[in-house]
Amino acid sequence: MTHSRFDTRLGLGITLAVTAFLIGPVLLSVTAGLTQNYFVGLKSGLTFQWVVQVWDLYADTIWRSYGVALATLAVTTVIGVPAAWVLTLFPGRLSRLLEELLTLPVAVPGLATALALIVSWGSTGWLRSSVAFIVVGHVLFTLPFMIRAVRASMQGAELVVLDEAAATLGASRRQRFFDIIVPAAKSGIVTGALTVVTLSIGEFNLTWLLHTPLTKTLPVGLANSYASMRLEVASAYTLVFLLMLLPLMVGLQWLATRTHRTGSLALGASS
Amino acid sequence: MTAPLATDPLSITLTHCAKTWPDGTRALAPLDLEVRPGETLALLGPSGCGKTTLLRLICGLERADAGATIHFGEQAVTDVAPESRGVGVVFQGYALFPNMSVAENVGYGLKIRGVAAAARRDRVREMLALVELEALADRRIDQLSGGQRQRVALARAIAIQPRVLLLDEPLTALDARLRQQLRVDLAKLLRRLGITCVIVTHDQEEAMMLGDRVAVMSAGRLEQLGEPETLYRAPASPFVADFLGTLCRLEGAVVRRHLGVDTLAFRPHEIAIVAPGEGLPATVQARFFLGSQVRLELALEDGQRFTALVASNAPWQPDARVGVRMADAAPAALEEVASC
Repeated sequence: MTHSRFDTRLGLGITLAVTAFLIGPVLLSVTAGLTQNYFVGLKSGLTFQWVVQVWDLYADTIWRSYGVALATLAVTTVIGVPAAWVLTLFPGRLSRLLEELLTLPVAVPGLATALALIVSWGSTGWLRSSVAFIVVGHVLFTLPFMIRAVRASMQGAELVVLDEAAATLGASRRQRFFDIIVPAAKSGIVTGALTVVTLSIGEFNLTWLLHTPLTKTLPVGLANSYASMRLEVASAYTLVFLLMLLPLMVGLQWLATRTHRTGSLALGASS
Repeated sequence: MTAPLATDPLSITLTHCAKTWPDGTRALAPLDLEVRPGETLALLGPSGCGKTTLLRLICGLERADAGATIHFGEQAVTDVAPESRGVGVVFQGYALFPNMSVAENVGYGLKIRGVAAAARRDRVREMLALVELEALADRRIDQLSGGQRQRVALARAIAIQPRVLLLDEPLTALDARLRQQLRVDLAKLLRRLGITCVIVTHDQEEAMMLGDRVAVMSAGRLEQLGEPETLYRAPASPFVADFLGTLCRLEGAVVRRHLGVDTLAFRPHEIAIVAPGEGLPATVQARFFLGSQVRLELALEDGQRFTALVASNAPWQPDARVGVRMADAAPAALEEVASC
């Protein structure tokens, strides 16, 4: 099918407009973080002092966010991959019901989930005041994304037959899981990991209620700085956030594309 | 010293084996079956007849309904998990592990059994030599052709020295020409291994060529069990007769008047075409040259149609009037079938 020049230009124009709409505000915010005085504008001069100030005040929230995201990733992987396999092995009404239940925390407002967590666990002193509490909330919210992504890759690969083949060769359930299932679901696991880390680092709703002054994460710190500091500082915070997040995102995306490519080749072989 | 290719052959005995799915569908009616030690038994039938279910009961991937017993030799394996049954299985789509090389696939069962790396390497090499794939040991699975995959699957199943070998439609995924070739290779290999083997197929030629005995199945039941020749020449039911090759059937007043029998059942190569006036009068409707044979489509005067396979130098052309009678060598047994 051929496209006319007009179609191509129109498509390009719309794409650029949408991109500008999405990125424009971010760019403005970043600029604000680098200007001496945002209300005076760029002619007031450029400076790194706000960035330095953010780093001094909030570096701990950044590292904490990374820690929380990695811990969330570890837990969702350890729970999510076997869970996805069990759901794939026994596809019935009960499986579908379980999957719907797992998705519930995504549909329910984060604040409600956080309240439920506080009501049930808030009186457990050490947990309420530790970062682990935030990790629990993030796991609840991100687990369905991991399970969905891994299940999708498991369903496409005729994994049940591969599992049966390994069983007849003498492999135990555990051996089959690690030797056959995990490698075959690799692309789904990487996709799930990308989603989990992204969601966890940016998560605000749940964290806002779950955090204590000593367990602030990056988005909570950002809200804090918007509420209590100069606009320039809050904007510089956005810049730091992007600088920390972008390499991680690009790296994970690259890994996902790479695994998808080799993964799909391998899957083609089993069909 | 190299390990033997296979262990001493065992019999497989199934007693009162039935399978009902959770929704109440009967996949397999209760059946008794014995596969003799060292024998290759072909399970033959149309799709959905329960032959794959029977194979899965033998390897333990499905559990039979209560009351069934399965023995390998003297040992009861009814409640033994598939990983402990010591069966080699070649799956329909081969189920090769995409994350492993050819050699790793073949050696996987040995690795699970804790065979030392050096011994494993030797055994893998030996298995790959057996299926003539030594040169491809390090290939990825997606770099193999269909026929090569089939041979890797076979090598993987045999490598663990299974007590019994089970093959589920091992040649179905291949194109016709390759299937012919691999069928011969497989027959030779099975004979060489001398292992007790059950092979599931819907292809009657494959069943007759590979099976020492053939079990014909239909709608979850065992229709007949016997040597290929017995099944072909003395089928116990019209279904068996029809499934093992084309069966033509003629009946009615014309047949009675000319031959003195009510019905006549025969295979297309079992009739002779003679000059008009002899036997049953018929007209040639179409003629197809097949190389070594000619296929004639014929019709009786009352419109009943049938097929004859005759020598390729047969002179009859469409619209020729001819006579038809049973060839001298044709067995009489088929006439009995027609009446059942």
